[in-house]
Amino acid sequence: MFGFAIRRLLQAMIVMLVVALLAFTLFRFVGDPVNQMVGIETSIEEREALRERLGLNDPIPVQFFRFVTDAARFDFGTSYQFRQPVSDLFAKRIPATLELSFMSALFALVVGIPMGIYAGLNRESALSKLFLSVSLVGISLPTFFIGILLIFLFSVTLQWLPSFGRGEVVEVGSWWTTGFLTISGLKALVLPSITLGLYQMTLIMRLIRAEMLEVIRTDYIKFARARGLPDRIVHFRHALKNTMVPVITITGLQLGSIIAFATITETVFQWPGMGLMFLQAVQNVDIPIMAAYLLLTAFLFVAINFIVDILYFVIDPRLRIGRA
Amino acid sequence: MKKFNLGLASAILAAGLSTSAAQAETLKFAFQGALNQLDPYSLNETFTLSALGNVYEGLTRRNENLEIEPSLAESWEVVEPNRWRFHLRKGVKFHNGNDFTAEDVAFSVERLHGEGSDLAKRVGAEVKVEIVDDHTVDFVLPGPNPILHYEWDTWYIMDKEWTEANNAVAITSASDTTPNHAALNANGTGPFKLVSHEPGVKTVYEKYDGWWDEAKHNLDGVEFTPISSDATRVAALLSGELDMVYPIPVQDVKRVNDNAGTKAMTGPELRTIFLGMDQMRDELLYSDVKGKNPFKDVRVRKAFYQAIDIEGIKRKIMRDLSTPSAIMISPFLFSKSGDFERLPYDPDAAKALLAEAGYGDGFSVGMDCPNDRYVNDEAICQAVASMLARIGVKVDLNAQPKAKYFAKVLASAGYDTSFYLLGWTPGSFDSWNILDNLIQCRDETGKGGAFNLGGYCSAEVDALADKILVENDPDKRDALIAEAYTLSNNDVAHIPLHQQGLAWGVAEGVELAQRADNQFHFRFVTKN
Repeated sequence: MFGFAIRRLLQAMIVMLVVALLAFTLFRFVGDPVNQMVGIETSIEEREALRERLGLNDPIPVQFFRFVTDAARFDFGTSYQFRQPVSDLFAKRIPATLELSFMSALFALVVGIPMGIYAGLNRESALSKLFLSVSLVGISLPTFFIGILLIFLFSVTLQWLPSFGRGEVVEVGSWWTTGFLTISGLKALVLPSITLGLYQMTLIMRLIRAEMLEVIRTDYIKFARARGLPDRIVHFRHALKNTMVPVITITGLQLGSIIAFATITETVFQWPGMGLMFLQAVQNVDIPIMAAYLLLTAFLFVAINFIVDILYFVIDPRLRIGRA
Repeated sequence: MKKFNLGLASAILAAGLSTSAAQAETLKFAFQGALNQLDPYSLNETFTLSALGNVYEGLTRRNENLEIEPSLAESWEVVEPNRWRFHLRKGVKFHNGNDFTAEDVAFSVERLHGEGSDLAKRVGAEVKVEIVDDHTVDFVLPGPNPILHYEWDTWYIMDKEWTEANNAVAITSASDTTPNHAALNANGTGPFKLVSHEPGVKTVYEKYDGWWDEAKHNLDGVEFTPISSDATRVAALLSGELDMVYPIPVQDVKRVNDNAGTKAMTGPELRTIFLGMDQMRDELLYSDVKGKNPFKDVRVRKAFYQAIDIEGIKRKIMRDLSTPSAIMISPFLFSKSGDFERLPYDPDAAKALLAEAGYGDGFSVGMDCPNDRYVNDEAICQAVASMLARIGVKVDLNAQPKAKYFAKVLASAGYDTSFYLLGWTPGSFDSWNILDNLIQCRDETGKGGAFNLGGYCSAEVDALADKILVENDPDKRDALIAEAYTLSNNDVAHIPLHQQGLAWGVAEGVELAQRADNQFHFRFVTKN
C-alpha cells in the first residue's frame, strides 16, 4: 500500500513537471507581455529596462528553473496587469469559482437524476422523448451560446435574473466570500449554474436512463417483482441503488472539470472567478496568472486521480493481492 | 461587502436591507476592460487615466469639448519664454484631509520621473521645478514649448505626505514582489473618493463633499464593473441593471436605440485608423517582389490609396459610425483640417498607376492586422484586401490578437511587417505628437519616429517638425503643421482611413458628456 502510494505520488510529480514545462513553453508564443504592460508611447529603452527587471532577458533554462522552484513554494510571482501577488489574487477568486461549481454540480444531480429515472422507467412516454431531445440540445449547443440565450430570455426579456456578476457578497471569516446569504447573490447564481451544469446534467440523465434500462431487465428485479414488492420499492430501493455506482464515479470526475473549465461560463456572466481571470490574463499576456492557473488545474486533476487510485486500492482486494 | 459573523441571522437581514437603500443615486456602469491598478503613473492608457481622473486631478483639466480649463492651478502664465508660472488653487484638500500645496506638485514631478513610470514624458526630464511660495510653482524649461501643459489633464497630483507615509514613493512596478499601497488605494482631490477596489471585479466610488468646485453632477456614488463579453455588456444595459455601458458594438447600436429605456450615444473618436507601408527596407519581408521594394515608389502607395473605397467601409463595416480622414489627426484637433481632402477612390487610376510603376500584373504582399484592438479592425483589413485584389494586388492577411500583433510589428521585434493597420490618438491632442511618433524618420532600432513602422522619411518634414516644436505663435505654428501634412500627404506617407466612432449605451434619465477622447468623467453625469 505504502509503496503503491509513493509510486503514484512520483508519477503525479512527473505529470506536474511536464505540465509546468508545457505551460512555460506555451508562454513563448502568446505575445510580448511588455507591450501589454505599458502605454503605446513608451520608448524602446524603457521597454527594454522593464524586460530586464522582469528577468525576461535571462537564458530560458534559468527562467524555467526559477519558475519551477518558485511554483513549488506556491509563489507565482506578481501579476503583470494587477501588480499584486498572484497567490493573493487566486485566493480572492477561488470562492466564486467553487460556489458556482458546487451549485452547477448540485443542479446537474438534482435535475438529472429524476429525469434519468423517469426516462428509464417510462421509455415510451412523450415526456421521456422530450427529456431526450432537450438533453441533446444540452450536449450539442456550445456553452457561451446557452449562456447568452438564457441572458436574453431571463434578464433582458423577463428581467427576472441578473445578467452578470455575483450580486451582493458577504464575507465569511477572513478569506471566504459567499453569495449564498443574500437574495441578489442567490439570484445571480441561477443562470450561470444552469449554463455550466447543463452538460453534466445531460450526461447524468442519459447515464441513469441507460443504467436503469439495463438493470430493470436483470433477474433480481424480476424476482423482486415476483415477490410482489410494490413498484416504488423495486424502482428506488433495488434498481436505482445499483445504477448509482457509475453515477457517483462520473460525478466525482466531472466536478474536477466543472471547476477547471468554468472559464467560458464565467466570461459570459462576468463571474469574478478564476476562469475569468485566466481568460483576461491570456488577452493581456499576464504570464504569472496563466502559469498559476494551468498548474492549479493540473494539480486538481492529479489530486483527484491520486485519491481515486488510492480508493480503488482500498476498495478492491484484487489490486492488493496482485501487488503483494 | 459586509462583514458577517457566522450564526448571526440578523446580519443577513441587515446586509439585505442596506443593499436596497444604497442603490438610490448610484450610477452603475460597465466598461469592456478592467481597471487593473490605481497608481496614476504606471500605465499610460485611456481607460485607466479616465477612471482615475474622477479621484485625482491635474493642474489643468479638459471640459466636455476637450478645451483646457484651470483645475488645481487657478491660472498660469509664461513669464519668460522658458519659464512658466502656475498659480495653485488655495483651500484644496485631498480626500484624507491634507492640504494641497506647491510641495505636492514638486513631489509629483519627481515621482513622475521615477523608475517604472509610464507617463514620464508628461513633464520633460530636463524641466526644473521651482517652488516660489506655497501656492506658486515655476517650471523652467530648456527651450520654449507651447504645448507644455497639453497633457497635464491626465498628469495627476498626488499627496506627498500620504504617499511617503504609505511607502509608495516608488512607482508600482510589475517586477515588485509586494503590492504597492498606491496600486490599491487612491487619495486625490477630485469630485469622487475611492471606497473600494477589487481589480477586475468591482470598483466603488463615493461623492467627495469637500471638492473645491461646484458639483454639476447629482450622484452620491458610482459602481464600476468590467464586463468583457460584448453581448453580456449590452444585455446588462437592456435589462436595466446598468445605467451606462461602453463601448457597445456598432452592430448593436440600432438594438439599443430600439429598446425602450435605453439609447446609444455615438460620435467620432479622436483615434485615426490608418494603413502603413514599409518604405525603408530594400526588399519587402512579405512579398513576391524580390530585389526591390515596390512601396518605395510613391505611385504604388498612391495606387493603394486610390484602390480603397472608404465610403464602402464606412457604410458596410462601420455602419456609418466612422468619419473618413484626409490627414493623420482628428479634424477636432487641428484648425486647418478642412483644407485637406482625400485622394479620390478610383480603381482605374490605381491600376494605371501600378502599371506605370511596372507592376501591371500586380504583386503579393503580406498584411498585419490586429483583431481585438480597434472597432472592426479585422473586417476593415479584409475589406482592404478584397479592394486591393481588384487592382491585382494579392494581400495575405495575418490578423491576430493585439498581444501578438504588437509584439510583431513594433520596434521590439524589429518592425517585422510590410503592410499594416494601426490606430493612433495623439496623447497631447496636438499634431506634434503625430509628427514625432508616426511621421518623423527613424533608424532600424526605432530612434526617431518610433511608431513610424513603415519608416517613411522626409528631411523636409523633419525640419518642419523641429520648428513646430518651438514655435510659440499659434497661427504660425498651425501654418507649419499644415505644410508638414501637405508634404507627407503628397508622399502618401500613410493611408489615413477614418476616425472610428464612439458608441456608448446610456439608460433613459441619465445625462452625460461623451468626450471624443473616450474618457468618461462622472462630474458631467446627472441621473434622474
